[in-house]
Amino acid sequence: MEPLLKVENLRIELATRDGIAPVIDDLTFSLGQGESISFVGESGCGKSMTALGLMGLLPEKVGRIASGKIIFNGEDLTTASEKRMREIRGNEISMIFQEPMTSLNPVYTIGEQIAEVLRAHQGLGRKAAWNSAIELLDAVRIPNAQRRVSDYPFQMSGGQRQRVMIAMALACEPKILIADEPTTALDVTVQAQIFDLLRDLRSQTSAAIILITHDMGAVAEMAERMIVMYAGRNAEQGPVEQIIDHPRHPYTRGLISCVPHIMAELTPERHELTEVAGIVPSLREFGKNQCLFASRCTDATQQCLDARPPEMEFEHGQRSACWHAKDV
Amino acid sequence: MTDTPILPKEEIQKARHPMAEATEMFMKNHAAVAAAVVLMLIVLAAIFGPYIYPTDPFDMVWAPFSPPGEAGFLLGTDYLGRDLLAALIHGARVSIVIGLAAAFMSVFIGVTVGALAGFYRGYVEEILMRITEFFQVLPTLLFSMVIVALFGASLPMITFAIGIVSWTAVARITRSEFLRIRELEYVTASRASGASNGKLMFRIILPNALPPIIVQSALMVGSAILFEAGLSFLGLTDPNVVSWGQVIGSNRQYILDASYTVTIPGMAIFITVLAISLVGDGLNDALNPKLRQR
Amino acid sequence: MTEPRNDDVLLDVENLTVRFAVKRGSTFGHKSYLYAVDDISFAIKRGETLAIVGESGSGKTTAALAVARLVEAYQGKVNLDGEDFLQLEDADLRKARAKVQFIFQDPYSSLNPRVRAEKIVREPLESLQTVPAPERQAIVDKLFTAVGLHPEQQRLFPHQFSGGQRQRIGIARALATQPELIICDEPVSALDVAVQAQILNLLRKLQTEFGLTYLFISHDLGVVQHMCDSIAVMYMGKIVEHADRLSLFNNPLHPYTSALLSAVPSVDKKRREATKRILIPGDPPDPLALPKGCRFANRCPAAQPQCEDSQPPLTEVAPGHKVACHLVDEKAVSPL
Repeated sequence: MEPLLKVENLRIELATRDGIAPVIDDLTFSLGQGESISFVGESGCGKSMTALGLMGLLPEKVGRIASGKIIFNGEDLTTASEKRMREIRGNEISMIFQEPMTSLNPVYTIGEQIAEVLRAHQGLGRKAAWNSAIELLDAVRIPNAQRRVSDYPFQMSGGQRQRVMIAMALACEPKILIADEPTTALDVTVQAQIFDLLRDLRSQTSAAIILITHDMGAVAEMAERMIVMYAGRNAEQGPVEQIIDHPRHPYTRGLISCVPHIMAELTPERHELTEVAGIVPSLREFGKNQCLFASRCTDATQQCLDARPPEMEFEHGQRSACWHAKDV
Repeated sequence: MTDTPILPKEEIQKARHPMAEATEMFMKNHAAVAAAVVLMLIVLAAIFGPYIYPTDPFDMVWAPFSPPGEAGFLLGTDYLGRDLLAALIHGARVSIVIGLAAAFMSVFIGVTVGALAGFYRGYVEEILMRITEFFQVLPTLLFSMVIVALFGASLPMITFAIGIVSWTAVARITRSEFLRIRELEYVTASRASGASNGKLMFRIILPNALPPIIVQSALMVGSAILFEAGLSFLGLTDPNVVSWGQVIGSNRQYILDASYTVTIPGMAIFITVLAISLVGDGLNDALNPKLRQR
Repeated sequence: MTEPRNDDVLLDVENLTVRFAVKRGSTFGHKSYLYAVDDISFAIKRGETLAIVGESGSGKTTAALAVARLVEAYQGKVNLDGEDFLQLEDADLRKARAKVQFIFQDPYSSLNPRVRAEKIVREPLESLQTVPAPERQAIVDKLFTAVGLHPEQQRLFPHQFSGGQRQRIGIARALATQPELIICDEPVSALDVAVQAQILNLLRKLQTEFGLTYLFISHDLGVVQHMCDSIAVMYMGKIVEHADRLSLFNNPLHPYTSALLSAVPSVDKKRREATKRILIPGDPPDPLALPKGCRFANRCPAAQPQCEDSQPPLTEVAPGHKVACHLVDEKAVSPL
């Protein structure tokens, strides 16, 4: 069966002061209906850029899709018209952002804002849209939706605003929901509630979820497959359990072990955290024909500096772009 | 533990002061640079002009209403037969001096009031801002006319009259910058290491608050020149000192017969103020770190 | 340079309260007070690390700022080496300030953008005058190496550093006056995960090297678990549970602590399967209209009628394990 979304050899270029930089370089992945996939990596690795590319929201005149295909439901979005993209955005692919504080318009009530989406995309009447807005607020577990629907964003807490954003994103029953760091600005107990909500909604609506995060724990809880991005490239991808237990890329291994995780039973001794030295290379370095992680890698060899490593296949569909993937 | 990559030598040499970067940014703005050059010429003309072209602007040198270029007078003569070029050159001094002095005065008052209000908050802020509002709602032209009328139309009094009505904008900008910056963590960090209030205000917060204040003061010079012109046009000026506004004012009756007598000093004011605005704009872009990034 | 770890207490905070006046209505409306930190007490032994954890609005950062005298405390004592830090003035205060330094959360706003890195690190030495001027440069040089920066980088301005490097500069600045207590306010939460590990390792290395005592403010329980010897959990301005690291993580007693722990996503499959998520629906109460009883009662899954009636005091239920909950007694069993 054709997957819902198929991205093939996608390359997104960004014009910078120092020239053209490939912020997404040869990315290939697919997403099945109702599946949950997660993009992980540090900031500046191209996670959010992938999302914007899928939505057709790359910064105008600065970013563009240079080559590759984004096939959604059999249609190539890289060649779709702006009008068609506008239909798809919000209707079939929607997105929630990191900052629930600034992504709602402060001068309209939340009911008006949700109803607006419904009227624009689904052509509902005023009354019907308003009623659907109440139902949606109820679905994202905002208590007393009937009354809260006429609240303004400033009357709600951060977690509630993020729920409203989710309600808006789900208003048109999209096939894909992209969540870009949806809980980074929220408290951990609120994060847990939002994750529960997303999980439940996914099983109810069978929407596929793309979760963008830097938190391996969140990936482990939320996704079935993950893609580790580094410097615009796919470092490793495959099933979450498989990668967490047996990472095949030193960057993945670093990302997992550099965070002090809470384990099932806490022990008195505390090991020094594994460091991934240095930082993500600047955009100037992107696109070089070498392993871009080599400068931070403890196992780098001359081979890593001479050529970009190809993706190697392992069991369970795990793919790693490292010359030494077999030995990791 | 060498987890920080060794910086290449060029990177270290790039350790330039943020001001140096701002200068480079300014140099890239061609309109602003051109305006700065024009402004420089005007200032030079104001400083050295009277020595090179010593004709007294109050002397009757030729027949009245002689058009520009005739009888060796480049810009012609006015209704009393006075040399307009001489008036322009000598008047530049007064216009620019008043512009600078009034702007300096309003920046001084405005920064002091704004800094105290923004730093101390509470009652200090309440009182200072009420005073600021009082000056803001005064009809500025009327108020300065009253001052000049009461205390005489000497240059210092005109400067004072302009300065006293135009500091409020600077005060508000300074206050809002102080309110923003005093909450930043590097200010708290300085407090944690025991910096005194004076040091916090003037050595730590003020330098970071300067960019918008500099831009505002540049524009202030322009508006002070305009203000002076307005007052002189109304005759509220020292009759023994020539300024651009005064030339326009004294020739205004003849605007239909000899329009150049009004247009030429008008153009001088226009070009100067425009140049100042363009420089102010350039400064704004250069000092605004958000624009500097890309 | 290592100081022996002994049992003497460096910082002893007693009944610390911080309140802010909140205007309601017009200028002439009556003032009400928001108690951001409400009567909390804790102590840190020399060379150890105490974490204050909590979510936004819990008052943890305000408590830290009050300890450093960067916000005014309304009541209470902050005994530093036996002296009440809040009562000191002038020269004594300056001497004490040198002993308490702060590391900030945001590496971007915590460094003055117009000043070179060397001057940022030197500033506390100049303000507090702990060492004569000629010796200062040598100290700055040493600190740059200690925090893993190159001495040549001293001439650079803050914007020329990465986030992690900036945080290193902030740490060097905090170390300049040879402090005994360093208050770390979310020192890594603004950094990328890989850089977090670098800074956390650095902080632990410096702690043993200079014999530092840390008051560590964080919302990240993973980080806290790694960094701290004991932990105080705050909720709505109150400490609800205070215990050593192992007791708190392996045997959380307050329902809020349990909820907090159960909410942390984990890569450990065993832990994911073992934890039952404890949901705490709803929002915390309005801080200006606090309930008479336990502040957590309205969200607590174990709440009983008695919880609404009176505030539970923070009591020691097991050696070193204090809880403020009506439902926990000497048997030290979680009510959940």
